[in-house]
Amino acid sequence: MPQDKNRQYLEFEKPIKDLFEEIEVQLHNAQKNPKIDYSVTINQLQQSVLQKRTEITQNLTPWQRVQLSRHPDRPYTLKYIDKVFTDFVELYGDRNVKDDKAMVGGFASLDGKTVMVVGHQKGINTKMRQYRNFGMANPEGYRKALRLFRLAEKFNKPIVTFIDTPGAYPGMEAEERGQGEAIARNIYEMMRLKVPVICVIIGEGASGGALGIGVGDRVFMMENSWYTVISPENCSSILWRSWDQKEKAAEQLKLTAGYMHEFGLIDGIVPEPAGGAHWDYQESANNLKPFLKNTIEYLETLDPETRIQQRIEKFNKMGFWDETKS
Amino acid sequence: MRHEEDFEANLAGEDGKSEETKNSWFKRIKKGILTSTAEKKETPEGLWSKCPECGYICTVNDLREQLFVCPKCNYHHRIGSSEYFEILFDDSQYEVLFEEIRAKDFLGFTDLKSYQKRLEETWKKTDITDSIRVGKGKVKGEDLVVACMDFEFIGGSLGSVMGERIARAVDLSIQIKAPLMIICKSGGARMMESAFSLMQLAKVSGKLSQLSDAKIPYISFLTDPSFGGISASFGMLGDLNIAEPGALIGFAGPRVIKETIKKDLPEGFQRSEFLLEHGFLDFIVQRKELKDKLATVFSLFKN
Ligand SMILES: [Zn+2]
Repeated sequence: MPQDKNRQYLEFEKPIKDLFEEIEVQLHNAQKNPKIDYSVTINQLQQSVLQKRTEITQNLTPWQRVQLSRHPDRPYTLKYIDKVFTDFVELYGDRNVKDDKAMVGGFASLDGKTVMVVGHQKGINTKMRQYRNFGMANPEGYRKALRLFRLAEKFNKPIVTFIDTPGAYPGMEAEERGQGEAIARNIYEMMRLKVPVICVIIGEGASGGALGIGVGDRVFMMENSWYTVISPENCSSILWRSWDQKEKAAEQLKLTAGYMHEFGLIDGIVPEPAGGAHWDYQESANNLKPFLKNTIEYLETLDPETRIQQRIEKFNKMGFWDETKS
Repeated sequence: MRHEEDFEANLAGEDGKSEETKNSWFKRIKKGILTSTAEKKETPEGLWSKCPECGYICTVNDLREQLFVCPKCNYHHRIGSSEYFEILFDDSQYEVLFEEIRAKDFLGFTDLKSYQKRLEETWKKTDITDSIRVGKGKVKGEDLVVACMDFEFIGGSLGSVMGERIARAVDLSIQIKAPLMIICKSGGARMMESAFSLMQLAKVSGKLSQLSDAKIPYISFLTDPSFGGISASFGMLGDLNIAEPGALIGFAGPRVIKETIKKDLPEGFQRSEFLLEHGFLDFIVQRKELKDKLATVFSLFKN
């Protein structure tokens, strides 16, 4: 397990970085002194890396998990498409205004079975982050997604969506072209799609921008993703009147996969490699794949009307209130 | 130009700089409406109101005669569910339903205060039970179900109670075969209910699709302000989407957009007239013409 030179580290990942640096030193020593055997030391250090990764995952605060969900090395939608599916044919455009680079989609094969995959896309470097608008889709992104959902429905292909957005883009043109309407339409239409729909939150699941491709028969979350109505930062600024309470907001919002599952708002949690999905893209994909395959297989045993009925019922149960006798 | 309003304070359960919290008269007449049924139209003598748009001064009683629309500049003052119900329903007769559904602090959410405490304070302060009330009555002899938001209850925020009350309003509409109208007036999500608040968008959309299957008309009536989750779900899903003049309507709030684009927003941005020009509203209706226009629309659907 060599250190990837381009790897980026979060603050709480620093101990891992230190271990890798130590490994570098030992490798260098080994080169300088070929007669001395460093393999045991190096092996031990590599074991420590794995141990540290596991430790980190086990002790994350909600805010750290939010940070992990935004890790610059984290796999995004196109990475999962690449590692889970084959024969991906990307389809562009909403047939109306433009092609939204923050939303990608197309047909792909899941071990021989054709599915429609649609997801938010973030950029992998500074330049691409701009190009992908940081994963913040405009109305045309949501309308592109809906076009692809319709295409899938027509040819009776199941739909998989990957959610990873800090929110729908809050821009002037987005408002002019009806950001609210675009998301509303998607939520409404997804509820009624005749084909199986599976949604996976792979990173950030912020608000309407996430739900705009998030209504499905089954909704899963990757272990280190989050999903709620507002980002911890914005929640802090509104409810605490300060940008400094994001940690507290993350805690109070109970936005992690564990809580979401406990609340019955999602259907399952996909485990990530020790330390987070960014440590091993293939392992992350391998973990996710059976969730998709088994779920599609099961959902296809139901007829469309039953699926739609159950989808409506499922979301209709969400909420908490007291019912007093009047 | 109208002063810029920050409705985020209202979402936090505090008094913002919005009209009704700024003007104490409004609260006092509201209390009057809700506490005394016998003389509910009586407003204490000598209460005066000043139009925030043009500065026109008149008594509150005079303003009430005008359905809280400024006689000088047509500014539509922000009003609550009781006022809308009285304007809409024949002889001001209506039944308020589903009041037994009450919010609770399931998550144990605490910001500067606990959600539970905020709820209790708001219940005490406003005399209303949550941010939406469902009324059933007749409009020119025909049944109508109206779910109307109250901005003064934590900024009209969308939470589980709003979702469930709308869900039941939909069931009622289907059961009695009466059209449904939702009067929107909300700053956005009830953040203290976290993801549960978000899921109400999906929940209500599912219910609306059942209403659609039953071929019962649904009208979304957008009033000032209608933001966030409201516009990203049932607010924009009407068979007809209509609005009051000058209402601020949008997905992202003006502050957030300004911070994003680092520019001032143009005059009229996100107002009803702007939405109509961009194709998102069927029409804008004056409050004084609301009842007549709705009656016409419903009869056209029916006949
Ligand atoms: Zn005026």
